[in-house]
Amino acid sequence: MKEGNAHVASLDAEHELAIEDPSGIELPLEQQTGRGRRMTLNMGPQHPSTHGVLRVVLELDGEKILKARPEVGYLHTGIEKQFEVKKYQQGVPLTDRVDYLANLNNNLCYALAVEKLLGIEIPPMAQWMRVMLSELQRLSSHLVWLGTHAMDVGAMTVYFYTFREREEILKVFEMFSGQRMMTSYIRIGGLALEPPRGWHKAVARTIEKVATGIEEYHHLLSSNPIWVNRTKGIGMMPVKAMIDLGVTGPMLRAAGVNMDARKDSPHSSYDKFDFEVPVRTANDVYARYEVRIEEMRQSVRIVRQALEGMPEGDWRADAPHVVLPEREKMKTQMESLIYHFKIVTEGFRVPASSVYQVTESPRGELAYYVVSDGTANPHRVFMRTPSFGNLQALGAMLEGILLSDAIPVMASLDFVLGDTDR
Amino acid sequence: MSSAGWESRETKQRASVLPEAVAQDPAAITIEQQIPEAIVDAVAAADGPVLFISASQIVNVCRMLKETSRFERLSAVTAVDWWPREPRFEVVYLLHSVVHKDRLRLSVRIDEDEELDSLCGVWRGANWYEREVFDLFGVRFRNHPNLERIMMPVDWEGHPLRKDYPIHGHRYSYREE
Repeated sequence: MKEGNAHVASLDAEHELAIEDPSGIELPLEQQTGRGRRMTLNMGPQHPSTHGVLRVVLELDGEKILKARPEVGYLHTGIEKQFEVKKYQQGVPLTDRVDYLANLNNNLCYALAVEKLLGIEIPPMAQWMRVMLSELQRLSSHLVWLGTHAMDVGAMTVYFYTFREREEILKVFEMFSGQRMMTSYIRIGGLALEPPRGWHKAVARTIEKVATGIEEYHHLLSSNPIWVNRTKGIGMMPVKAMIDLGVTGPMLRAAGVNMDARKDSPHSSYDKFDFEVPVRTANDVYARYEVRIEEMRQSVRIVRQALEGMPEGDWRADAPHVVLPEREKMKTQMESLIYHFKIVTEGFRVPASSVYQVTESPRGELAYYVVSDGTANPHRVFMRTPSFGNLQALGAMLEGILLSDAIPVMASLDFVLGDTDR
Repeated sequence: MSSAGWESRETKQRASVLPEAVAQDPAAITIEQQIPEAIVDAVAAADGPVLFISASQIVNVCRMLKETSRFERLSAVTAVDWWPREPRFEVVYLLHSVVHKDRLRLSVRIDEDEELDSLCGVWRGANWYEREVFDLFGVRFRNHPNLERIMMPVDWEGHPLRKDYPIHGHRYSYREE
């Protein structure tokens, strides 16, 4: 009713007073006319473009955003607390559920952290397999990002194309681990299972499909006038402020900062792969799109190299106190049976120390801080998740732009709320 | 990755001038030169040294490191509850240098009733991380612009990541109804 009054008032201020307002509140004239009137809008927690349960409190002046305040915590599940009552190996399935679009990257980071505490060496074959799988996971995560980003902007078709390719990658994961998404395939001490028969052919076929797909999206979007108009020149922010607020990953690389944990602190033989870290300087939504598309091409390159040069050898470490023995040995050898029983019932002890293991997830800097007190349960596991840091900059990024631009800007952050709230 | 045995690799030393574990660490030397007595202890963790800073000096040390040693990024702030040990909490600051590709871990030991200075004046990004530490551990930060709960609902009682907080159980029991 009040809205109606304001509308009439803007048409004819003199006649406006004749209509009675049931609320009985009399607003000053400039507020009635809509000029300078502020409105608070709750975007989310159930808004489709928030891709989860993020609430953004927007203060609007017409279509312009004056202030934006992201509210997180709706998906907090206490994963860090749950770690403290689990054995180290039992924590791996929890890491899947943090960032549900980049499960293997989380598995990898946790496994690396605990392996560093244990001081065990991972055989080259397992390392290369880990790299290959995490790059496939990066591809699948970026495919979800691109599909949903394009859908937010209004291009429905891209979504079907990207999910077509993602399905192929998920089939590969299912082949390896029996699970499409919550794979828990990278474990402390190597991999969960022996790579399945015919994996090489399946991955080779999939990666060719994905490589063709990437060029398809590029042709579909990169010079599409609607896409370019919706994404170029928005969401910019000073680089210094970005670093200050904790932004990492493709967002920061689109602003010209070459920061990638795969290059800066190589783990799992990433240094043996030949790939580039794409950097752009435009710092807008379109540059972030370019960086991620280029990252997908580089991931394809890494997977191809892994297929070509996959070393022979064991897929798990030679550490009988950590890694479960082979099924056959467990049934025939006394010693293996004892190890199996010990690991399953009481886990393994980890020397008292702490470690901060940094890796690069599809969204940015992913780090696990694991504190051990010498027992079989972690004393504390903290996850430095990229979405949490990136979301902190959302408020500053949305200020002063139009409400319709807020959707592509939020999509360009590529946040996962499970990753944010843990 | 070094292959060490089962024995604990955490070698503790009392601070005389500079603990032995960090005697060669450039960041530790800089801190010792610029702000003497800031480092109260140091240990060698699995991935490098950890410097324990006195609670009153943490903001000064961080500002100095940001301005002179080019640790321009704060990767995260978190805490560890060592209950029932005293002092109870260890607040951990994870610093990162993008230019030098270097990382540094600072720790502050504080007791349950103590307050810590907020780092929001040095890095704006400390805001949410300190809110999280406050929410889940109950560590209070002085001069924080908005020290509210971030993960738990605003009316939540208790701090879930404390060691004396139960892992499961409901706040409301059906038996009481």
